Amino acid sequence: MIYLDNSATTKPHIEVLKTYQTVASEYFANPSSIHRLGGEVEKLINKAKEQVASILKVKSSEVFFTSGGTESNNLAIKGIAYRYQNRGKHIITTQIEHPSVLEVCKFLEANGFKVTYLPVNEHGEISLQDLEKALTNETILVTIMHVNNEIGTVQPISDIADMLIQYPKTFFHIDHVQGFGKLPLPYDHKGIDSVTISGHKIHGLKGTGCLIKKESVSLAPLFHGGQQEQGNRPGTENVAGAVSLAKAARLAKESQTNYDQLYRYQANLREVLEQYDQVTINSPKHGAAHILNFSVKGFKPEVLIHAFMDEGIVVSTKSACSSKQNEPSHVLLACGIDQSDASSAVRVSMNLDQKAEDIESFLQTFNNIIRQYENVMG
Amino acid sequence: MIYDHVLIRYGELALKGKNQKFFINKLRSNVQKALSDFPNLSIKGKRDHMYILLNGQDYEEIIERCKDIFGIQSFSLAIKVENDEEKIKEAVLEAILLEEGKTFKITAKRPNKNFPIPSQQMNQVLGGHILRNTEGWTVNVHNPDVEIRVEIRHDATYITSKKIPGKGGLPVGSTGKSLLLLSGGIDSPVAGYLTMKRGVQLEAIHFHSPPFTSDRARQKVEDLAQTLTKFGGEIKLHLIPFTDIQQKIFQNAPENYGMTIMRRVMLRISEQVARQREILSITTGESLGQVASQTMESMHAINEVTNYPIIRPLVAMDKVDIINISKQINTYDISIRPYEDCCTIFVPKAPKTRPRREKVNQFEAPIDFTDEIEKAINDMETVTFKSSKQNQGDIYDELF
Repeated sequence: MIYLDNSATTKPHIEVLKTYQTVASEYFANPSSIHRLGGEVEKLINKAKEQVASILKVKSSEVFFTSGGTESNNLAIKGIAYRYQNRGKHIITTQIEHPSVLEVCKFLEANGFKVTYLPVNEHGEISLQDLEKALTNETILVTIMHVNNEIGTVQPISDIADMLIQYPKTFFHIDHVQGFGKLPLPYDHKGIDSVTISGHKIHGLKGTGCLIKKESVSLAPLFHGGQQEQGNRPGTENVAGAVSLAKAARLAKESQTNYDQLYRYQANLREVLEQYDQVTINSPKHGAAHILNFSVKGFKPEVLIHAFMDEGIVVSTKSACSSKQNEPSHVLLACGIDQSDASSAVRVSMNLDQKAEDIESFLQTFNNIIRQYENVMG
Repeated sequence: MIYDHVLIRYGELALKGKNQKFFINKLRSNVQKALSDFPNLSIKGKRDHMYILLNGQDYEEIIERCKDIFGIQSFSLAIKVENDEEKIKEAVLEAILLEEGKTFKITAKRPNKNFPIPSQQMNQVLGGHILRNTEGWTVNVHNPDVEIRVEIRHDATYITSKKIPGKGGLPVGSTGKSLLLLSGGIDSPVAGYLTMKRGVQLEAIHFHSPPFTSDRARQKVEDLAQTLTKFGGEIKLHLIPFTDIQQKIFQNAPENYGMTIMRRVMLRISEQVARQREILSITTGESLGQVASQTMESMHAINEVTNYPIIRPLVAMDKVDIINISKQINTYDISIRPYEDCCTIFVPKAPKTRPRREKVNQFEAPIDFTDEIEKAINDMETVTFKSSKQNQGDIYDELF
């Protein structure tokens, strides 16, 4: 099997699974218990925090373990919105965010907040001028994703952070789920207040993730309960999950150097796919290396997905979190791509250990499928 | 070519006269230990500076560690070239290309007077070379975005840009050993840190009274000792079982003098441990007037039992300043964990804030601690902490 759906989820690393199993079976005590067993488990969770913090160059008191990307985004956005609503009720985001940001914003809109959804150009990039124009005295939060999950656009996070330093009232949250372990982000930048990280996109486990929250921000918690995670995320800690996340993060960092070869793979994919008249490449040229989105005229994406699957190759349509709705991709529509291309997009997403042969097989299979079905579909 | 050296500048170390060599060797071995997990490096200690040859090693982590080594006044990433005008020009040009900004300044120094071109003239030669070969850079001698330093030394010329401040102080181990009374509170780790800053190698002693004190309190002290190794390498922590002695004091001494007597017994034990281990002084986190046991009268009454020097680095410091340091050195969050130590159990409702020596002696006279003290020292447990990078044997390591 050739797995090219790594932006939906990745295969857990065997070492990560081993860690999870050992911690879950041997270090099961509650870290809040005062006996020695509890102490050992608390040590593990602290060490997990330190490891994540040192990889990101933040303080370990700024790492909060959560159940993953959706929870981290909810916690940061609602947390800031409700904590600081007395300062203003305006939030700025983009039109191409992940549902775990967009739907939170819509929910807040229905509950008395005002939200500006910044438009993007044909590459999926926002403009700094648009952002600057949208900022008002009421703006308490800007939330923007680092790498887009459908097409791989990389937003100018550092420039946005530089700009937002001059707006001390406005917090800046980044959905870093698709960027973590792949593209650098200046986590310690003063203009960045919180960052979402997910475990299962970096060969960690589902149900693991964290929110980096700087000391400059305080949050209204989503849950109420005990004092775990400084009260920001009550509930007995998922220690095995936290330690496995720390391990996944270390392994991801160690293989980050492999990322550059994905640019070569993407260039190869583009070069070949562009030769087909039916194909339109939807991903921007200067986007992330690991994601390539394209549409094939006349082919329903499900047909392609199934045909690939029959050949042992796994690719997907838009984002897994939206793919069950039978609608064109909101990301592609925002980029100005027409309704039919926006409804027929296929995404190839690679991992850091992808082999050049995988790409070759994919292209060969693509050719076979097109030749086999073009008369029927065309 | 990118930065291939770290240039380390000494502070008062350079002034140590005949002992200078000893101090420099000590610093070099401390730097070596702190960076022992980077086998590619080579470290050379010269009379007026030290340098680390990176041999292709990434410098970020090395910079972070150098910031925590006592005895380093400042350090910089450097390009090392021969004392040759053309080579220096070439390297300066490469250094500026790594920088961001619009304005620059060259500061040449020539400790090696054999080099034919004086510093002032060198500034002009090198500035001119950059202006001719780059676009967008202009000279600003008063407030430049980037300052390129050129140090023409005897062995070679070092070209550096940013000067990163070190922690100062003296290399740990260069001025002897002290036994730190480590309680688990905010003050004692800070006292240990400041003592290490003056070149002292620490061992630590902790009194615990299970089951009145918990495993978590012990854990706290172990974590503090581990944290302090970052600044001073290995630390031995001696754990003294104190339950019997505390119970005996509680049963036999007047309640309001219990604290004073307890402190005196701790000091007697500490002196004996120090003597056994050939340690010449005791360090405590006492700060004058902070709590009942730290009044002038109290120190006077407690200090009577030993004539070993007691180093009290915090004696004249305000609590807020102590807390600030503890946050900087990452001991604060450990210290505030809410577990009782032996100083907070059996606390009298109204401890004597102004104990008197003759009274203490009178109350203490009928209580014989000899056997208990001997037993406590015999049952002492010693745990050795190495700087975390060296703790390879940690049972948890494979989980991470």
